[in-house]
Amino acid sequence: MTWLTWRQFRVSALAVFAVLAAFFVVLAITGPDLVGRTTFTNEDTLYVSTVLAMYLLPAVLGVFWGVPMVTRELETGTHCLVWNQSITRTRWLATKLGIGVTAAMVAAALLSLAVTWWASPVDALAAAEPEASLLTRLSPVVFGARGIAPIGYAACTFVLGIAVGIVLRRTVAAMAVTLALFAAVMVAVPLLLRPYALPAVEESVPITAESIHRIIGNESGLEAITVTNPAGAWVLSNETVDSDGAVATSLPDAVQGCLPPPPGDRDSAAPPPPDRQTATECLAQLSDLGYHQRVVFHPGNHFWPLQLLETACYLAVTALLGWFCFRRLRHLS
Amino acid sequence: MMALRAKGLGKKYKRKWALRNCTLDLGRGHVTGLVGPNGAGKSTLLNLASGMLEPTTGTIEVCDGVPGSGPAQLAKVGYVAQNTPVFAGLTVAEHLRLGAALNPGWDDALATARIGRIGLDPAQQAGKLSGGQRAQLALTLGIAKRPELLLLDEPVAALDPLARREFLADLMAAVVEHGLSVVLSSHLVADLERVCDHLVVLADSQVRVTGEVEELLATHHRLTGPRRDLDTLPADQQVVSASHTDRQTTVIVRTTAPILDPVWTVGQLTMEDLVLAYMSAPVPGRPALEVLR
Repeated sequence: MTWLTWRQFRVSALAVFAVLAAFFVVLAITGPDLVGRTTFTNEDTLYVSTVLAMYLLPAVLGVFWGVPMVTRELETGTHCLVWNQSITRTRWLATKLGIGVTAAMVAAALLSLAVTWWASPVDALAAAEPEASLLTRLSPVVFGARGIAPIGYAACTFVLGIAVGIVLRRTVAAMAVTLALFAAVMVAVPLLLRPYALPAVEESVPITAESIHRIIGNESGLEAITVTNPAGAWVLSNETVDSDGAVATSLPDAVQGCLPPPPGDRDSAAPPPPDRQTATECLAQLSDLGYHQRVVFHPGNHFWPLQLLETACYLAVTALLGWFCFRRLRHLS
Repeated sequence: MMALRAKGLGKKYKRKWALRNCTLDLGRGHVTGLVGPNGAGKSTLLNLASGMLEPTTGTIEVCDGVPGSGPAQLAKVGYVAQNTPVFAGLTVAEHLRLGAALNPGWDDALATARIGRIGLDPAQQAGKLSGGQRAQLALTLGIAKRPELLLLDEPVAALDPLARREFLADLMAAVVEHGLSVVLSSHLVADLERVCDHLVVLADSQVRVTGEVEELLATHHRLTGPRRDLDTLPADQQVVSASHTDRQTTVIVRTTAPILDPVWTVGQLTMEDLVLAYMSAPVPGRPALEVLR
């Protein structure tokens, strides 16, 4: 059965690994240039493509490895041939799942290893200099493109492809559904689940001229300020609270004058806006009014615990989907 | 020792019964023809026997085991499904390799010899074979695993008349050589006539008649005579079908006793007549003996 599974699987397997190999070569050539760089932006083409590749890979594995592995047999009727050799359908699926999941996890592990290595100077820079406003490796988008979580995504999407294929029995429909489910999970988990997977750290930061990072306002006045993020952290909220501990929905009138609204066209004679230093010093009086800044965040050292937790969850879902596949298999014909 | 034994076997798809209340005993060493119109439940019965489907009601035993219950049971039953599926991307030789890898009882010498005799090129991709060659390849896989019972679902449906004849002759040679039991289905009686010694007629998801071909032909008679009421027939004559014109009545009856009534002209039935009579006969249990055509 191993031979037959490999024989059916080898073209798509080799295609994916060939593309990965080409990508590794590009990373190996460009990687050393990043070491020691102090300026970098998240818009760098190669940086964006590494992140994209990390999310594309599980999708490709689910859609082009997982789905056709069963639906092609069901569509062409070859399952009738193979299920009537002296081998149970349970072993047939176990072999397919075993080989497929292993290959998917290896592919994701290799890519994640390469990308994590390639981006390590950038991640170090992001963690060391909060002012550089680079995405840290804990930030939602980058988190799923580093470490061991992609291995969990790959295994899970692959088995999802098989499960959807067993239910729908149509290749194209199953591909579309698998892709849609994968995208939904990839959006939902970082937004709805990951922030609460571990208890976040809550910190009260005094508002000083130095700690103010951004000033947010609109035409009717100043709305909010944020303070500088803790180094390497994933900040969930950064909000001003008053002396009673309630969240301030707007800044008090006392500081509205610190930074006047931008002049409209009609009022060209308005005085020039104060410079940043003056504005922040003026805003620092919020501290005297009893206001302070509350920052809720996952510190940088939450990275590996969160990665482990997320990988474990995806592997658990993988196991659950696998169990579902074996259950449905008995009633297939 | 039974090749296939079904008791009250039924299979329901959503709301429609594909097979109902099927009770069958097929002995070993026979070639049984399963005949009936399209949608009569032939494929369903074969799928149940191979373990591809699970019965909704009743039980089925094949070679003294529950179909599809394990590798040992699967090894005992060969099944060539409708349209004889093969892996399009694999070569003929690779099909033999997969047969060898997946069947403990695989007879490689037999498979290689068969492929050679049929004239299949081992290096050819199965997807590029003609319908007849594909059927032969699928049959080779079925025979070379050396099953006790071989199930064939419309194996010749895709073949031209010449290929049909060759395929069936070839099948018969394999049956004689290896002492296989065979159940093969077809909706064409002519295909079965030459090869079957037992017959099962399915119509309307039910078994209509089953038995040895020779015995069936010996006990069924076509009676032709002046028009009369069928209620006047002797009790041991079971009416299968009847047709009336203004002056004449033709009945097909089943009886082991000789026909003594001198009014009747007694005619012999061919297998096709017999099958058609049962296929067109009303379902037992409904008001019978309506005029048919």
